[in-house]
Amino acid sequence: MKIDLENLTIKKAHNALLRKEFSARELVENYLAEIEKKNPALNAYLEVFGDVLEQAGAADEKIKKGDTSLLTGIPFAIKDNILIKGRRAGAASRILENYVAPYDATAIKKLKEAGAIFLGRANMDEFAMGSSTENSAYGVTKNPHDETRVAGGSSGGSAAAVAADLALAALGSDTGGSVRQPASFCGLVGLKPTYGAVSRSGLMAMGSSLDQIGPLAKNVEDAEIIFNAICGQDLMDSTTISEKTYPAGSLPEKFIVGVPRDFLGEGVAPEVLKNFEAGLKKLEQAGVEIRDIELPNIRYSLPVYYIIMPAEISSNLARFDGVKFGAKISGSNLLEDYLKTRGQLFGKEARRRIILGTYVLSAGYYDAYYNKAIAVRKMIADDLKKVFDSGVNAIATPTTPSPAFKIGEKINDPLQMYLADIFTVTANIAGIPAISIPSGFTESADKKLPLSLQLQASWGREDILFEIGKKFEKI
Amino acid sequence: MANGMICYMLKLEEIEKLAKLARLEIPAEEKETLRKEVGEILEYIGQIQKLSPQEPPKEAGIIHNVFCDDKGPHQTGEFTDALLANAPDREDGYIKVKKIL
Repeated sequence: MKIDLENLTIKKAHNALLRKEFSARELVENYLAEIEKKNPALNAYLEVFGDVLEQAGAADEKIKKGDTSLLTGIPFAIKDNILIKGRRAGAASRILENYVAPYDATAIKKLKEAGAIFLGRANMDEFAMGSSTENSAYGVTKNPHDETRVAGGSSGGSAAAVAADLALAALGSDTGGSVRQPASFCGLVGLKPTYGAVSRSGLMAMGSSLDQIGPLAKNVEDAEIIFNAICGQDLMDSTTISEKTYPAGSLPEKFIVGVPRDFLGEGVAPEVLKNFEAGLKKLEQAGVEIRDIELPNIRYSLPVYYIIMPAEISSNLARFDGVKFGAKISGSNLLEDYLKTRGQLFGKEARRRIILGTYVLSAGYYDAYYNKAIAVRKMIADDLKKVFDSGVNAIATPTTPSPAFKIGEKINDPLQMYLADIFTVTANIAGIPAISIPSGFTESADKKLPLSLQLQASWGREDILFEIGKKFEKI
Repeated sequence: MANGMICYMLKLEEIEKLAKLARLEIPAEEKETLRKEVGEILEYIGQIQKLSPQEPPKEAGIIHNVFCDDKGPHQTGEFTDALLANAPDREDGYIKVKKIL
């Protein structure tokens, strides 16, 4: 049975499964056929699991018994840095060659309980460091909209999989934009939840004060369904928040969206700005008030991010030493084991960020970089709080300063690559939720490249993002 | 590449020292590129030097015990095999390393 995967959403699939229009088995067979056809060119999956049909069989059993949730039988791609018990997980790094996850990430446990199906593990930038998936040790993921371009990163495999109908939805992780930016490049919805909303247990740590697992999906409603399934306080992650952590508010009759105009000029492609202005018009048509706002320190988000993040990476990646897990290159003594294993099995970008992090944390520079960045981080969060306290419900920017760039275009210029995160890092620095929503296309050499609008809301207010997002989608 | 009083370009020896501290063997031909790239990134992130933010007050938040209660322990050895299976070298239920002293 041929299923129209292109127009399928979680809600539609769920209804069709319940109405027995197709079974979970037929659904995954359709996805597996697409994977076989398209994955060799796209390289979205590093591995397609061998037991997908068994998983579908179990979902069909649940459906037969009437024991279902919205996600029962829904096929997911899972980023390679999220642990699924008994399966390989490698963060697309050679240093984790042969690593098998000994436990489930909390988000995975919740998806399993909901009856979701895992199709395979998705490609990514090594240890989630990058904006193009070019830093994967297993080759770049190509953008389904134009295979000469990157799918974005670091959750590029997750994004390409959903965009090319190789999965109905995906999990990624977002440390500075790694869910939202690839979602934007591939024409999907991507959500970075409030820091602490989704447990980080079983997510390989990159920047522990910044990381969040988030969904990549075909529309806002699907992203909301996944978020509701994976969020919640967790004993295994002491930074998770409860429903009481941030005051819940009601939804306003008329939403106010703020635009930090001063921040939107330099380095942003003209077609992105044009599309953004059109997006604001659409929001107005949907009854949203647009208001200019000032965020004087937002321009420091990216430099602050590129201090805090490498600092946390240099500590977090210290655990990969060829002793406890993964691969090892043997030297003539223990020190050489470390030097060779880490030097040869970490990729270039990982080594670069470890060096940078070691520098900003070293004696003599700690105050000038790390401590100062922590202080500026607070200033940025205070600016945001002031704006939200003034009645603004959400802040709008483009998700990225350009559409998907060419493979190879920025790989030898790390600073240029980092600038791709200019609009997304703020939400991670402050810990607020942010969503990227498709806002149309720009044309380049006969190819239509997706563009997106980013909305950021106050701590714990994903509900506002979903509401405005759904209004935006309708117009 | 100097910006005010701070020079962001590192010396090759500094890159070597950082690599040693981070336990990374960097291939000789990569050191110069790394020196240049790290210098450019440091210059970019150095722009926060011109800010004089107030040191944020040290906040502890609500103090609570983040550790699991010490009760209902699992059987000794229950997870040993699963965890050790990922170690590159092991012997008799231990992780094996080269001699330390």
